[in-house]
Amino acid sequence: MPQISRGFHGRRSEASSDRLPPGQHLVDDFPVLSAGPTPHTPLAEWTFTIEGGAEPASWTWEEFQALPSEEITTDIHCVTKWSKLDTAWRGVSLDTLLALVEHDADYLLAFCDGGYTTNLPLEHVTDGKAWIAYDYDGEPLEPEHGGPARMLVPHLYFWKSAKWIRGFRLQDEDEPGFWESNGYHILGDPWLEQRYWGD
Amino acid sequence: MAGTAVLGRLAWLVTEVTGALEETPRVRTLLLDAEGWPGHRPGQHLDVRLTAEDGYQAERSYSIASAPGEPLSITVERLEDGEVSPYLVDEAREGDGFEVRGPIGGYFVWEDDGRPVFLVGGGSGVVPLMAMIRSSPGSTPIRLLYSSRTLEDVIYREELDARAGHGLEVFHTLTREQPSGWTGYSRRIDNDLLREIAWPASDDPQVFVCGSTRFVDAAADGLVALGYDPLSIKTERFGATGG
Repeated sequence: MPQISRGFHGRRSEASSDRLPPGQHLVDDFPVLSAGPTPHTPLAEWTFTIEGGAEPASWTWEEFQALPSEEITTDIHCVTKWSKLDTAWRGVSLDTLLALVEHDADYLLAFCDGGYTTNLPLEHVTDGKAWIAYDYDGEPLEPEHGGPARMLVPHLYFWKSAKWIRGFRLQDEDEPGFWESNGYHILGDPWLEQRYWGD
Repeated sequence: MAGTAVLGRLAWLVTEVTGALEETPRVRTLLLDAEGWPGHRPGQHLDVRLTAEDGYQAERSYSIASAPGEPLSITVERLEDGEVSPYLVDEAREGDGFEVRGPIGGYFVWEDDGRPVFLVGGGSGVVPLMAMIRSSPGSTPIRLLYSSRTLEDVIYREELDARAGHGLEVFHTLTREQPSGWTGYSRRIDNDLLREIAWPASDDPQVFVCGSTRFVDAAADGLVALGYDPLSIKTERFGATGG
């Protein structure tokens, strides 16, 4: 029996509660959370690289734009407890990228401008579960939201959707990334409320 | 060290409000007695869970304001369209209860290694920085640049005045309205202001910036322009939606 807070009634205006994982609340705007300054990498210097396969694979911005892309409309859930419904993105599916690389890895470690990393099991980024997104709401993704390109793994807490992504390394081991080394859950399933170590 | 090794799941702790302090018309500090609180490090936060009579629950995260070893406290700003903050600022009183779990976060944390410290806070972004100031033994030089809208909005004003001088330098800027005779800064943070106040990058300072997204971006981008290593700048941002 949880402790009752005298005089607390709550807002309860959240109609779509079947789309809201435990402990989350809806927002209409798009909060920004980052551990450091916002990087500003010119597109001319931007590349996307997949390491750890039989051959390294790399794309320039123009080459990456030429890859088949998809439109994605999805709900997103931040570990700081806000959720946002029906966000609209365009990006390249990880299925598309991984089909171009010969490998037998089980995990990836995404790396980003600014030094950020995050780890993901490949079973959580394949079969239509993850993208490298570069448009948001029909516009190029703003730097504060991770532009020019970010990971989009909407079924996990949003820190897994690493901003300013520049590539990932395919590996056999699940190696904790930045937040995963700083108290946050190794996987981060919002429906299981896997926020912190031990959850 | 307290707060670093979390072995099991962080449990929700039965918590009682043992005191409340009006900081500004919109901001209040709550002193908490959380049964079994494991301790924390300066800069960490905790989760609050409120439960209504019928079982409805709402959770939010708040920065811890107290130093390790002091009675646990959080300082909360009322967000007008919020769900939890109006309760914590306006309703909760001594003897009331809710649950907390924590401490949370292992990155925006100050470990005193003797390097000078530059703290940059906007509005209630000063709260985790205050936990750092309160935990300082005074031997490490600390500069705080603190931006508020008006003098009335300055949180911890008297305590900062009292602590200044003991290894701590405090620089206020008031962005909206200044009292007559105001001798502090009177504008939003910009590169010139940072250049005047920040330690030279060659001093290898530790930097913590906390505030709204716009504020944090202005401060962090400005420090990078001054030659700070981006990896040395730790930021914590909140939108207007903490609730």
